[in-house]
Amino acid sequence: MSFDWLFLLEISLAGIGTGGLYALTGLCFVLIYKATRVVNLAIGEMLMIGAYVFFAFAVGMALPTWLAILGALVAGGLLGAVVERTMIRPMLGESPISVFMVTVGLASILVGLVELVWGANPQRLPEFMPQDPVMIGEAFIASKVFYGFVVAALLVAAVLLVFRFWRGGVALRATASDQAAAYSMGINVPRVFSLSWTFAGALAAIAGIVVGAIGGISSTMGVFGLSVLVVVIFGGLDSVLGALIGGLFIGLVEAWAGAYLGGEYELLVTFILLVLILMVRPYGLFGTAEIERL
Amino acid sequence: METQATPGPLLQVGQLSLAFGGVRALGGVSFEVAPGTITSVIGPNGAGKTSLFNTISGFYRPDSGAIRFEGRDITRMPAPRRAALGLARSFQNIALFRGMSVLDNIKLGRHAHLRTNIFDALLYFGRARREEIALRADIEHRIIDFLEIDHIRHAPVAALPYGLQKRVEMARALAMQPKVLMLDEPVAGMNREETEDMARFILEVRAEWGVTVVMVEHDMGMVMDLSDHVVVLNFGQVIADGTPAEVQRDPEVIRAYLGSGDHEDLRRRLRGARGETIAPPAAAMAATRASSGASAP
Amino acid sequence: MRIGTAPQTYAADHALLDTRTQWAWLAALGLALLAFPFMVDEYWLYLACLVAINVASATGLNILTGYTGLVSLGQAAFMGLGAYTVAALEARFGTPALLNLVAAGVVAMAGGAIVGIPSLRVKGLYLAIATIAASFIAHFVFANWTAVTGGTAGLSVPPARLFGLALDTSFRIYWLIVPLTVLMVAGAANLFRTKIGRAFIAIRDRDISADVLGIPLLRYKLLSFGLSSFYAGVAGGLWAYFFRVVTPESFPLLMSIFFLAAIIVGGMGTILGGILGAVFMTMVPELLKLIVGWLPFDNAAVVLSPVRTMVFGALIVGFLIFEPHGLAEIWRRVRRFFHLYPFRT
Repeated sequence: MSFDWLFLLEISLAGIGTGGLYALTGLCFVLIYKATRVVNLAIGEMLMIGAYVFFAFAVGMALPTWLAILGALVAGGLLGAVVERTMIRPMLGESPISVFMVTVGLASILVGLVELVWGANPQRLPEFMPQDPVMIGEAFIASKVFYGFVVAALLVAAVLLVFRFWRGGVALRATASDQAAAYSMGINVPRVFSLSWTFAGALAAIAGIVVGAIGGISSTMGVFGLSVLVVVIFGGLDSVLGALIGGLFIGLVEAWAGAYLGGEYELLVTFILLVLILMVRPYGLFGTAEIERL
Repeated sequence: METQATPGPLLQVGQLSLAFGGVRALGGVSFEVAPGTITSVIGPNGAGKTSLFNTISGFYRPDSGAIRFEGRDITRMPAPRRAALGLARSFQNIALFRGMSVLDNIKLGRHAHLRTNIFDALLYFGRARREEIALRADIEHRIIDFLEIDHIRHAPVAALPYGLQKRVEMARALAMQPKVLMLDEPVAGMNREETEDMARFILEVRAEWGVTVVMVEHDMGMVMDLSDHVVVLNFGQVIADGTPAEVQRDPEVIRAYLGSGDHEDLRRRLRGARGETIAPPAAAMAATRASSGASAP
Repeated sequence: MRIGTAPQTYAADHALLDTRTQWAWLAALGLALLAFPFMVDEYWLYLACLVAINVASATGLNILTGYTGLVSLGQAAFMGLGAYTVAALEARFGTPALLNLVAAGVVAMAGGAIVGIPSLRVKGLYLAIATIAASFIAHFVFANWTAVTGGTAGLSVPPARLFGLALDTSFRIYWLIVPLTVLMVAGAANLFRTKIGRAFIAIRDRDISADVLGIPLLRYKLLSFGLSSFYAGVAGGLWAYFFRVVTPESFPLLMSIFFLAAIIVGGMGTILGGILGAVFMTMVPELLKLIVGWLPFDNAAVVLSPVRTMVFGALIVGFLIFEPHGLAEIWRRVRRFFHLYPFRT
């Protein structure tokens, strides 16, 4: 029995590393869903925009890394705000499927935009993270993956703290449970909508930079969002905890599938998992079930 | 009035129990519905009346108990099959299909009895066309004329006023060729005239079509005037079961739902609760009808 | 102005078109379709065939999504099933084209039924997401089941043979594609005059009430999936005979989005909407090609693909926000204007 435990450990660590990014992006998604009840299929494309703006600032305009990151953050937030105001707000009250299709359209627009401005070829982001390989015990982890996880974990923790203790967080949770009641309590519901999308956009931009740093950027980066979709369905569309656990879980599963079955099996396994979840427990681990009344 | 070939109750509900998590909607509900009668199910809001209807229709599966229709046990039967057997209903909050016209909604009621299959439908000329035209003729003569809705037959249902929508719901239920027609609050939100029209339709449906009617209703005038048999529910249990007169006199029912109509008693009770004298209001006191839930849906 | 056209029999009231004038217009359209191939050049014939294939597939998707309310992003995958069936049958057995097309429909229909099985428990948005998953799984099978599908290289398809004639030009294959499309559209229009079509709409509007009223939900949802994927399969088979090569990249998720956009733009839940939407969406890239060609900068051709992607997305978003009932609604308003003229609408 010479099973390569070290290899398994290394793969698992890499999976957890990606899982952290899935968790972060899942958090963005849950934020949007909780506040505005929108299933945002374009989340992966919002990541992509963040990565490309960073690319434009850091490479195109040769700005220092920290400034480029800031710029991408601002751009991401701006994108979220603009999308919410122009595409989501007018759809208020429409069926969730219609709004979902709006996000499908949005994804298309963003992909086209990126291809138009930067071309369809993949690009590499400049190295801005420490390059030395990281060792955990005997296990090797790519430095980017490790630091990416650290960044994701820090951001997730920050977001959780902010929403726990900041009034805006309470306003968000109130709006999430009942828009009308929140309105009548004096909560500025449209402002909650805008803020949630802006915040999610900014966070997604950072996630995009990290994802781009690890795997390069391209106009098909948005497919990352499909894995995130599985994550949030697994965890429950409106559950923060679900997004975190789901993110790590899906990251692990994809890493194992990729290592032991082959790279092309990663997405396949993820999607088969999605189908299983939808059939067995469609509201996810921690999501709230919707009850139909006759 | 048609007489049933099989004697005995048309619909029998035995010890029906249903709970949603910790909430017990129905606790051992039993009663029988004789053929050709009008039975009303009454009770305060939350008593379980709509849950009862939903269980009989097949939307809910009871935790225990049985439902028999024409002597046959339908407790485990899927809802569409019950409809095909002749169990029709209308809904408390109107459940018309907004994407279709009045006519299409009514035609939909006949769905379970039509024989067109997918190939017939794609071809249309042949069996599907014959069935559709026959269906149309039947609906026009027996239902649309009867319910006086010929002027709106092509209207989109979403554009209709509430009272007409309720009538279209009834029309659709009639198209199901029902043996038992379950009406969930058929006159809720209607004015005096509309209520009388609906009462007239219900009586004619029983007289001319031989349909047995079971209705949930809060309008006590309608309940007491129309029904042969009244079942009173409170907190998911049957607290009275008998003729309208019997039920009206039942002290349990009076306490739980109807009120006695005795103004002195009411004042006494209020005074006792508040410890002060209540003078009778200048205007006439509320009518003897205790329609406490009439403003429901 | 339209007066004196009230129907006098139930049969007339159930007819697809109301007035004799409308039937006359339809007949004129039919004549135009017959004369068309003799009057135009290769480019327009190519477009016409492509439009017809897209109309067939969009009509299928409309049945599922527009009329039954089951949002599907798997239309391209079902077309792929049909296309590969045709390609594989031609490669192995050389069976006649019409048989292959029916087989394509049946295989796609089986796929659709499988995807539809969860539709009782999995609703709305979740079902849409499940169809995305199904698309990916289908793509995986296309790319990896090399023995049947030729793997990533795909399969080449010989021209369809009809009555001994090889349909190897746009002119020839027009006579296969267009009549089939017309039949499929007519079938769909007929469907919604019958109990089955009504059942589909009822499921869309309020499925739990439909159940209690006598419509077995699972059976009809499966029927809707099966029928719409049959349409997709036949359209995919025609696609294979038209383009003569099938690869896993021929039917990407973007194509499913294309068809969804087509029925949104055209008008979900109307037969005319499926037609208008497919025509519009097929012509938009051509129009863009023209516009981009006129623009005064080089590398204009490179710009075409991203601009097209953006325009698709913008069309979806724009129509959903501003005209959710699509082009069919605009058409209806124009017709109303002419029916009521000189009165105001």
